Amino acid sequence: MKHVSRNSLAGLVITLAVGSLVLPFPLSAQDRDPATGQASQPIAPSEPEGGLKSVSDFDSIADERERSIAIFEETGKVLQHPRCVNCHPAGDSPLQNMAMAPHQPPVQRGEANFGVPGMMCNTCHGPENAQVVGQSPDIQSIPGNPEWHLAPIEMAWEGKSLAEICVQIKDEDRNGGKTLAELVEHMAEDDLVGWGWEPGEGREPVPGTQEQFGQLYEAWAATGAHCPES
Amino acid sequence: MVSFTLNGEQRQFDGDPETPLLWVIRDAEKLTGTKYGCGIAQCGACTVHVDGMTRRSCITPISSLEGSSVTTIEGLDGREAEAVQAAWTEIDVPQCGYCQSGQIMSAVSLLQMNPKPNDADIDGAMAGNICRCATYQRIRQAIHNAADSMEG
Repeated sequence: MKHVSRNSLAGLVITLAVGSLVLPFPLSAQDRDPATGQASQPIAPSEPEGGLKSVSDFDSIADERERSIAIFEETGKVLQHPRCVNCHPAGDSPLQNMAMAPHQPPVQRGEANFGVPGMMCNTCHGPENAQVVGQSPDIQSIPGNPEWHLAPIEMAWEGKSLAEICVQIKDEDRNGGKTLAELVEHMAEDDLVGWGWEPGEGREPVPGTQEQFGQLYEAWAATGAHCPES
Repeated sequence: MVSFTLNGEQRQFDGDPETPLLWVIRDAEKLTGTKYGCGIAQCGACTVHVDGMTRRSCITPISSLEGSSVTTIEGLDGREAEAVQAAWTEIDVPQCGYCQSGQIMSAVSLLQMNPKPNDADIDGAMAGNICRCATYQRIRQAIHNAADSMEG
């Protein structure tokens, strides 16, 4: 597509031009300790830890209730990840990106959690993640899924503790009427839940895999589905 | 090869299946009323209707449209479209005009689903259509006028 190529080339030229103007030292200088000239250790890993513990990692916890809670807390790495919470907002607009910023454009929840007439979710969100043709430092793709929509307000997770979320997702009045078995299946199999692991170019996925996540939920249910106390 | 309907006529596209609908409309079909604004679904200039719903054509791969019906500003017709066109003309909504085909596509979609929108309904529907000339007040007024004309 010539438009993409042209834009990409223009962006590259601008980037190179700006880079040569404002960087009087080679980029590699940023990797060195300025006092010694020696390579320094990074303060924090540049990549987030991407994994989930497996069910067997919890075998050493003898008490079943404690094991159940520990397993649930592991799933919290996913539940409380911005990729999930962004579409479980406490208000009437979704959030976006790792900073959980207000969605742009400023869309609204609507009666069916699918936007409002003239500006439904599928105005922009198609059945699959889509590459963008424009250049943007922070939007490299538009997320998509056939079931794309906001979680209903009773399923809001934003601002809640993991203990509160645990009680909430077991409550059939606030989980879409799901039994515990159905909840486990939802976490393990649902395609929109699974989007969190394949969020498209430019987005950090939630930790682990959906298969691991589902196994943790199954183990949590099998150990009594206990919740953290705080 | 992707087959779809464009403004009521059957069309086929055999180029790169990832080609955004916008470029199929503009480059292959030579319908230039639909505009390129941002390329990242943030401005609304490229809005068309796909199967009766608003859609940002700049981020819609043509491969996703097999069997779909696409309507652009050139093919827009019907009661709501006529009311919007008359209202837009009556109070001279556009300034530079670049965003206006996208604005009109969203406005018509709103009126098709909600024939008597209030200010909040209009603001919600038009939230994704940016106008650099800031004609928002006239857009809102014209939508009210179009709704009133359909009522009468």
